Amino acid sequence: MLREKYQKEIDEILSRYPVKRSALIPLLYLAQRENGYVSEAAMIEIAGILNLTPPQVYETVTFYTMLNLKPVGKFHIQVCKSLMCALVGSDTLIGWIRSQLGIGIGETTTDGVFTLNAVECLAACGTGPMMQINDDYYERLTEDKVGRILADLRTTGVSSLKSGPFMWPEPASAVSEG
Amino acid sequence: MPNDELILLKNMSQPGYAGSLADYEKTGGYQALRKVLGKVAPADVTATVMKSGLRGRGGAGFPTGVKWGFLPKDYQGPRYLCCNADESEPGTFKDRQLMERDPHQLLEGIILAAYAIGCETAYIYIRGEMVLGSNILERALAEARAAGYVGRNILGTGVHVDVWVHRGAGAYICGEETALLESLEGKRGLPRVKPPFPATHGLYNKPTVVNNVETLANLPHIINRGSEWFASIGSPPKSTGTRIFCVSGHVKRPGNYEVPMGMTFRELIYEHAGGMRGDKPLKAFIPGGASAPFLTPDHLDVKMDFESVAAAGSMLGSGGVTVMEEGTSMVWATLRLMEFFYHESCGKCSPCREGSSWLVQTLRRIVAKQGRPQDLETLSDLCKNIAGRTICAFGDAEVAPIMSTLKHWRHEYVTLLHEAEAANLIRPVPVRSGR
Repeated sequence: MLREKYQKEIDEILSRYPVKRSALIPLLYLAQRENGYVSEAAMIEIAGILNLTPPQVYETVTFYTMLNLKPVGKFHIQVCKSLMCALVGSDTLIGWIRSQLGIGIGETTTDGVFTLNAVECLAACGTGPMMQINDDYYERLTEDKVGRILADLRTTGVSSLKSGPFMWPEPASAVSEG
Repeated sequence: MPNDELILLKNMSQPGYAGSLADYEKTGGYQALRKVLGKVAPADVTATVMKSGLRGRGGAGFPTGVKWGFLPKDYQGPRYLCCNADESEPGTFKDRQLMERDPHQLLEGIILAAYAIGCETAYIYIRGEMVLGSNILERALAEARAAGYVGRNILGTGVHVDVWVHRGAGAYICGEETALLESLEGKRGLPRVKPPFPATHGLYNKPTVVNNVETLANLPHIINRGSEWFASIGSPPKSTGTRIFCVSGHVKRPGNYEVPMGMTFRELIYEHAGGMRGDKPLKAFIPGGASAPFLTPDHLDVKMDFESVAAAGSMLGSGGVTVMEEGTSMVWATLRLMEFFYHESCGKCSPCREGSSWLVQTLRRIVAKQGRPQDLETLSDLCKNIAGRTICAFGDAEVAPIMSTLKHWRHEYVTLLHEAEAANLIRPVPVRSGR
């Protein structure tokens, strides 16, 4: 149960809003962090915390693409497929990932490590093709880079190739140094 | 102002600038706050912003000071400020940079705006995918609270402004201001019928202002350097200041470029962004995010200000400039954008919900060379029945790519239809459809 484990965090979230329902999405994120997806039990518990009916929670959950109603792999790969990334090769990128992981869009590897999805614009249009894996962005991808990222994640769970604070193009000084 | 003077991107362009509070204070950060809080009347701050000519940077370009002026003067209850950081317009990636590289510049702008409109609670509604950005903002907020720039009794002036980061959860429509408010209230992000406008009935039905990240980030500079300075930059009197243009697509150096409004697209694309990848000819460009109608090479000398782009039949929008080279199929590009709009239609209004699906189906069969001879008429007809018939501007946005490509590159559609006819791949029209 969320309340037993996260009472302090829940109280802190609730204190930010004059109306309880505003805490719904933050609490759903909490549930998703705990389980990897938003379970029915979590929705019922959150409804109780916010004095909502479970359908009120469900109707909100189903509107937003980032809230998963079923489990996904340990690493959820989301490739941007909107026009701006498509112009610079997002379809090719999806092909690389498919062949490296042996799964199609919407599928999870049999070991449950990777789930692949194609999504709409992630606001990184100048640095495409790009993808998001869990909380991190990976940009200006090449076939080699994708291979290294997937290998890093599989072996160590993190990859140093993820994006830091965004600035593109990089400041002139950084470019000349690098 | 020299053509290359940066305002919003100035700090982050300095070597070693990491966006910490100490970094920001070293560049004169939070001086604007010290200058006005408790010393200048809120109405005078609003007047300064009005005189600066600052217009919203989110897409609609509404004058910021005028928007603030719509709040009821005599209302006693709480009022709210929402920073719209739900950057989702395809082709746009400037707010992400402003938040991740110089978060205190935004926070100072938020406090200034909150002071001007007399509100004590501000929410930064950031798109859910930007986890790094929201973490950076949370960290900056903690620094600013500890230093007395945010929270109760700011700098001992008796002014209270609390700021909270609220993450969205993946819905383009939540960048529409009333949908943003619904989402912030924990509901589905469905735009509200206007009027009443957020200025009187916004968050929790209270007077509310929603301003874009880039808009708010301009405020400390306007306060520090004056409205006359700001109003002299760009293309006065109607398009003042700089814009951060986000260049994407087939250029050599895509990225964010802050330039004075009024520069031409040619200069932005060929000088700042380095010109076309592989030096191919430019075929088309989108001047202001996915919702803006496509323009052609004939429009390269159009000035990048609100009026000039509108006169050219498009809009400056969010500043997302997407460039396409010769050889790009305009029908394919339109389909890719339409798939975005189809996915993101919130479903509240029938013309948009049903129409976006029909538009996608029609475009898909045209691209697959299974189009029917009457499909161009079908597209035009659908567009006409969506535009202007929905609660929010999404309806107008989703038909913009189709209407503009049908206008400028109709022959590409016709060629695909001829190929369909020649290949005899056209599927029979279902009985239920007139077409």
